[in-house]
Amino acid sequence: MRKCSLSKLTDLFQKINESASLYLPATDNAGGAVYTKWADGVEYLDVLNTVRSPKDFFFPQSENLMEFKLKGKNIEILDIREESEDFVIFGVRACDVKSFEVLDRVFLSEPVDSYYQNRRAHAVIISMACMRPADTCFCTAFGIDAAEPAGDVSAWKTECDLYLKANTEKGAQLLAKLSNLTEECDDSEVSPLQEKIRNIMKKLPLEGISLENFGKGKTKEYFDSPLWTELSEACLGCGTCTFVCPTCQCYDIKDFDTGSGVIRYRCWDSCMYSDFTKMAHGNSRNTQVERFRQRFMHKLVYYPENNDGLFSCVGCGRCLSKCPISMNIVKVMKALGGEKK
Amino acid sequence: MQKVNRDVLLEKAAAMLDAGEVQAVLGWGAGEFAYDVTPRVFETSDELRADFVWNDFCGANLSKYLVSKTKKLEGKLLVFLKPCDTYSFNQLLTEHRFEREKVYAVAVPCEGMADVQKLKALAGDGISSIESTDSGFSVTTIYDDAPVEVKGADVLLEKCANCKSRKHVAYDELLGDEGEVLDSNRFDEVERIEAMTSEERFAFWQGELSRCIRCNACRDVCPACTCEKCVFDNPNSGAENKAPTTSFEEQMFHVIRAFHVAGRCTDCGECSRVCPQNIPLHLLNRKFIKDINTFYGEYQAGAEEGSRAPLVDYTLEDLEAEDVFKKEAE
Ligand code: SF4
Ligand code: SF4
Ligand code: SF4
Ligand code: SF4
Repeated sequence: MRKCSLSKLTDLFQKINESASLYLPATDNAGGAVYTKWADGVEYLDVLNTVRSPKDFFFPQSENLMEFKLKGKNIEILDIREESEDFVIFGVRACDVKSFEVLDRVFLSEPVDSYYQNRRAHAVIISMACMRPADTCFCTAFGIDAAEPAGDVSAWKTECDLYLKANTEKGAQLLAKLSNLTEECDDSEVSPLQEKIRNIMKKLPLEGISLENFGKGKTKEYFDSPLWTELSEACLGCGTCTFVCPTCQCYDIKDFDTGSGVIRYRCWDSCMYSDFTKMAHGNSRNTQVERFRQRFMHKLVYYPENNDGLFSCVGCGRCLSKCPISMNIVKVMKALGGEKK
Repeated sequence: MQKVNRDVLLEKAAAMLDAGEVQAVLGWGAGEFAYDVTPRVFETSDELRADFVWNDFCGANLSKYLVSKTKKLEGKLLVFLKPCDTYSFNQLLTEHRFEREKVYAVAVPCEGMADVQKLKALAGDGISSIESTDSGFSVTTIYDDAPVEVKGADVLLEKCANCKSRKHVAYDELLGDEGEVLDSNRFDEVERIEAMTSEERFAFWQGELSRCIRCNACRDVCPACTCEKCVFDNPNSGAENKAPTTSFEEQMFHVIRAFHVAGRCTDCGECSRVCPQNIPLHLLNRKFIKDINTFYGEYQAGAEEGSRAPLVDYTLEDLEAEDVFKKEAE
């Protein structure tokens, strides 16, 4: 494990940035945080969650896939993607690191999504332990340890020091480059911190929420539940929950008419929207109840069904704090699981 | 902070439900925490007693739900309305969006609603309990720190900090005392932006709107946005767009929406309240309201049921286009 005084943080960022672009949470000037490309003067903001999740790095809200050019009777197809450069993301929370695993299973399974793979291969992830989790956090339910975040490098921050531990080959290479700015220390130096975090986690209001009733083979049990009507009653169908969610992965592919050809692009879609999966015959989910059910069944039942029991929620709590009507996956889990107070 | 107690609302609604005078009650339901209130339709007095809340976190405007919820019921729906909500209520009636006979409107006085984000910024993210005090809140967190005392006035929702009226403009029954139309400072920020050069103004809005994730929460919560199918959702409209791919598209959505609600927006503040990116959307709407006041005389959408907004009304006294430019030059 390596250790660096916080007074040298800027030098550390500078050094990382020399070999690969560095991105970290910084103020969005509106009370929130947004991953920002580091440059001199950009300050790391030690907030819990950025409003937009770091999935944007690998699966951006919209991206151009290819271009079709019309030349007389011929159509020329152009591959317009750009090869990603190496980059480093600093300060990713344990929940968000886990979300990459959820996304990987979708985009890196056959047929592999080469757009996603390209970016994923060029990234080094430095995670950050959570000293002050929020009341909306429930990562522990998914077996995530906020005191030992995964990633290529794990980081812990105290009042005066930053601790860094490499978990992968990529991580070790990065830390090797920073050796002049850091000093070796024993892993046990972060143990008190970890204990403190784990104690706070035990006090979280959502601690103890159970996933026992969800996962594989539960489709029949919940699909026709009368509770969906009540739960979705106030849902606006806005899609905020899906767009701030680090694990929501649905997209639409569309053609943009440029006048002399077509740009084919993809953009995030939301199962909460009326035209989601609209096909020639129409839409398969015509009411908000059905659309609402889809979002939660996908996370709690369908995805685990197809992915060895892994859930496609990581308990980051973004949907809890951002839904305009305060309806969310926790309320759904408690109601369906019979845990409602 | 609220002067009228939850139980007053609860007993009113429960009595009417039990007597069969209303079929259901549209109110605010309890959440997981002290602050995450969800709009809800209650069908029995037992449900009400278990989950109904009226506290400082009932910022959500229930008026728009009347459009869909009244259609599903045979009988009457009791709805609780704060002063600002009654303006939306009137505006929806003006636009014939629901049947008045199907609603029993109960007006509730309001002392202003709290913004959880502001509260968390002062007290910390890990809230374990919130107690109301005379001047605001006492907040305890999970971090073992001492409870934080927060002044209510410091954590008001924007719409409440600049409240235009404590007076209810429509109801069947009022609980508690009636308030008054206020002299608010709601146009101060608009004036600050008007004073910018056009370059500064463009940069300001570009900065704000560049954060937009096009989640549509602002539109979907807006009581003036009740089109059955929004052009932005309609694949046949030619304007459908799910993600802002360019800054032009970012602006287009908001400019079109602001124009579409101009003269109909009651300034209920819901768009800004729900925006996950804290974009000050109310400023766009207030600019239109201010301009309408300047060019056509004072007009408050929703103040009176059936009033005709200047933009859809013609009078001989209306300004000519050149006068608008002259006035603007002043
Ligand atoms: S659950 Fe909430 S955030 Fe999600 S679509 Fe419904 S209202 Fe919007
Ligand atoms: S469903 Fe909600 S809590 Fe779960 S990962 Fe998505 S945003 Fe986070
Ligand atoms: S959900 Fe867990 S990992 Fe994520 S921010 Fe909260 S405490 Fe940290
Ligand atoms: S609520 Fe905010 S982020 Fe969502 S579409 Fe409206 S302005 Fe954009």
